[in-house]
Amino acid sequence: MKLQKNTRLALYSVLEFALAPTRHVAAAEIATKYGVSPHHLAKVLSELARAGVVESVRGVGGGYRFAGNARRLTLMDVIRMFEELSAPDGERREPGEETPVGRALSVVLAEIDEIATATFSSITIATMLRLLDRQQQDAVPRTTGRGGKPVPRRRKRDAGSL
Amino acid sequence: MAGRRTRREGPDADGARPPANTPATIAIRQVRRGDLPEVIAIDAAVTGIEKRKYWNAVFRRYGVAGEAQRQFLVAVDGGSVAGFVIGEVRDWEFGSPPCGWVFAIDVRPDARQRGVGARLLAAISAAFRRAGVTTVRTMLARDNTLILSFFRSQGMMAGRFMPLEMELGPR
Repeated sequence: MKLQKNTRLALYSVLEFALAPTRHVAAAEIATKYGVSPHHLAKVLSELARAGVVESVRGVGGGYRFAGNARRLTLMDVIRMFEELSAPDGERREPGEETPVGRALSVVLAEIDEIATATFSSITIATMLRLLDRQQQDAVPRTTGRGGKPVPRRRKRDAGSL
Repeated sequence: MAGRRTRREGPDADGARPPANTPATIAIRQVRRGDLPEVIAIDAAVTGIEKRKYWNAVFRRYGVAGEAQRQFLVAVDGGSVAGFVIGEVRDWEFGSPPCGWVFAIDVRPDARQRGVGARLLAAISAAFRRAGVTTVRTMLARDNTLILSFFRSQGMMAGRFMPLEMELGPR
């Protein structure tokens, strides 16, 4: 799965802001971390701000902060602001798509699109933050308790939608 | 033993810590015959179809106390059923080592967003762990975003297996 550069940048930014929801994160900090030009990032952030996902604070100590609902905003919501995962019927016809082989290939590509859409639509920003948390916990050596026995790590739980 | 432990009532009956926003009054325990009308009502409210005969059959198969392989648990809040979860340990299906399958979970619409589903999933996962398995699996429609998001929020990811199907057409 390959997302366009702006889409990936938008997802990186949203997740960085959501990781520190009370802090104003400078755009330059994100640009440096992900190796992109501040000018390029500014366009992406401006789009996110227009959608109400982030808000900007001007002046000293200013920057951006997450303004969405982490438990409701999905990866798909952010992706849709920047690209279409699949072209609606009747749009962007590729050469050869109307041939028997082209139609058969389209069936397979449509299946992949459906799976990708279902995945992106079911993962919220809050779920991504927990995934990050788990990855970080897995990267840290487990501490040992009395008698050298490993201490089980306790995962943060969330109500989710049910 | 799984059955004896799940029959205990109280917030810790599932052996898992409840999420912070779960009311202390919610208890997870094994289903009883008297819970069935409320379970049927929750399912009917959510799916729009009342399936009394189906639920009676499910109760006969999964509502058996002391059966570690099969679990039918309910979340009880103030004397009424707020949700339920059903699953079982399946051995070597599709070449998979034994794992726990969750095939039904639901929470009464007015009891959602309070961690009831998370408690139910934690409880059945704990029961599966006691039955000796370390993986829990489920399957649902791709467009069921609500429940997909719930399982995702609890840490579930796409598994190694892919469901495949085809229309058989008329005879």
